[in-house]
Amino acid sequence: MGIIKASRLIYDYIRRDEEDHVEEVNRAIDGLELDIKAGDFVAILGHNGSGKSTFAKQVNGILLPTEGTVWISGMKTTDENHIWDIRKTAGMVFQNPDNQIIGNVVEEDVGFGPENLGVPTEEIWRRVDESLEAVGMTAYRLKSPNKLSGGQKQRVAIAGVMAMKPQCIILDEPTAMLDPNGRTEVIRTIHELNRKEGITVLLITHYMEEVIWADRVIVMDDGHLVMDGTPREIFSQVKELKGYRLDVPQVTELAYELKKEGVELPDGILTIEELIEHLLPVLQSAGAKAVKDS
Amino acid sequence: MSIRAEHINYLYGEGTAFEQYALKDVSFEIGDGQFVGLIGHTGSGKSTLIQHLNGLLRASSGKIYYNGEDIYQEGYDMKALRSRVGLVFQYPEHQLFEVDVFSDVCFGPGNQGLSKEEKEERAREALHLVGLEERFWTQSPFELSGGQKRRAAIAGVLAMRPEVLILDEPTAGLDPRGRDEILDEISALHKEKRMTIVLVSHSMEDIARYADRILVMSHGEKLFDAPPKEVFRHYQELERIGLAAPQITYVVQRLREQGILLQEDITTVGEAKAAILRLLGKGGSEA
Repeated sequence: MGIIKASRLIYDYIRRDEEDHVEEVNRAIDGLELDIKAGDFVAILGHNGSGKSTFAKQVNGILLPTEGTVWISGMKTTDENHIWDIRKTAGMVFQNPDNQIIGNVVEEDVGFGPENLGVPTEEIWRRVDESLEAVGMTAYRLKSPNKLSGGQKQRVAIAGVMAMKPQCIILDEPTAMLDPNGRTEVIRTIHELNRKEGITVLLITHYMEEVIWADRVIVMDDGHLVMDGTPREIFSQVKELKGYRLDVPQVTELAYELKKEGVELPDGILTIEELIEHLLPVLQSAGAKAVKDS
Repeated sequence: MSIRAEHINYLYGEGTAFEQYALKDVSFEIGDGQFVGLIGHTGSGKSTLIQHLNGLLRASSGKIYYNGEDIYQEGYDMKALRSRVGLVFQYPEHQLFEVDVFSDVCFGPGNQGLSKEEKEERAREALHLVGLEERFWTQSPFELSGGQKRRAAIAGVLAMRPEVLILDEPTAGLDPRGRDEILDEISALHKEKRMTIVLVSHSMEDIARYADRILVMSHGEKLFDAPPKEVFRHYQELERIGLAAPQITYVVQRLREQGILLQEDITTVGEAKAAILRLLGKGGSEA
């Protein structure tokens, strides 16, 4: 069993009237089977309402299954004795950094989590040091969070989660409100945490370019898992992705479009470098031919 | 219809030790029927700037003219200005509040003192414009999906029949299809209704596809004001101020460095595809 496992997971949002009779049941997750290996960087894609965020909230017990089971490091999320261990194991970062920062000074904000867990003071400061270092925000530790850019605020929020020493971080659209630099900063930071600290990452995003370096990509639709593979396998299936209201990075799209017109390119090109590597020889030989013909 | 800003300065904490320029000597004119993209890093002054355009914020100095009229002159009808220049804030669905979608969209025109018939007529028109089907109109706005909520909120502004529509990151948090749908609807308002559009976005790809002119803000100052192709040619400068060019621009740039003869100003997938196929002697013109 991996660090996160869901088996026959069902979750219903239930609306009740004033007399507590069920008015409407909305099934957000419908029989999800998923096993995530410790240390993996996993991206979750899916349109609005596909069940991604509902699943994310299952991972640290904010929501509990209607049916089926979720295990975090072998602990069932429904086991009340373990709920704090589960929240320590799996930390969450949300979309809007302004809703997650509470301290007046960066270092206080980062220390808030471990303080709540009853960590001894000396240990709290050590963790604050390490976490700020890990997200590259040490230089800002005495600054007011209000003065930071969006990307920096989001890195502080990530440091706050790191200070609780989680094994796994779930990020629910952490870059939706950021400018291009902020997006790059945050994505680079979480990749470093994954690589250097071995943190398991679950990244939910609508930006396809952020997914290309993940170990594994999962696509959700209608509460089901509909695609599961490496970024290359997933982004080779341009038509299917569009059918799920998703997209591919611009380079992937260009390669796909050119291939449809008979240009010889491999499937699932993910980066600018790959596209250049394969497209350049084609263009150069066409150019050489044009010179010979003329 | 035109908006002309002349030497706009806006200071936070004026006269205190914390005095800081949010906008510094910003001038431009937005002509009738233009589609303007407004880009800049977080804190560059974009949101402050757009709130000047309908009089929500008042410049510390400088002038703003709407249709040639100074909006700061005494007796200027600010309320009318706010109906004519519609502003859709970030996450506008957070402002939905009525019991059903239709009533919510009626709220704006209701404030304009219109009759019941007239305001309902406008609400229906606005809901059709954003492509929200009638079956949703009687639902609570809180039961809609993310994309539908966003549409309902935009309809609330459109129901006031603005001449200029300003949208602050209207696609943030939407899935790719939802993003394209909303942008296509905005583009249709521009083309069919000849509405002037100002689109604030962090997506260079979206701006490249839809805008015919880009204003670039950096630290409260206007850095560029030119067509997308012109602006994205300065991609290195854009990177320095926290922005970027569309991914396609980088592909074309790299190919050009390798001696491939592509025009420098390609910014969209469609343009790149056509240009590359031309080089390969495939597709339409084999010049």
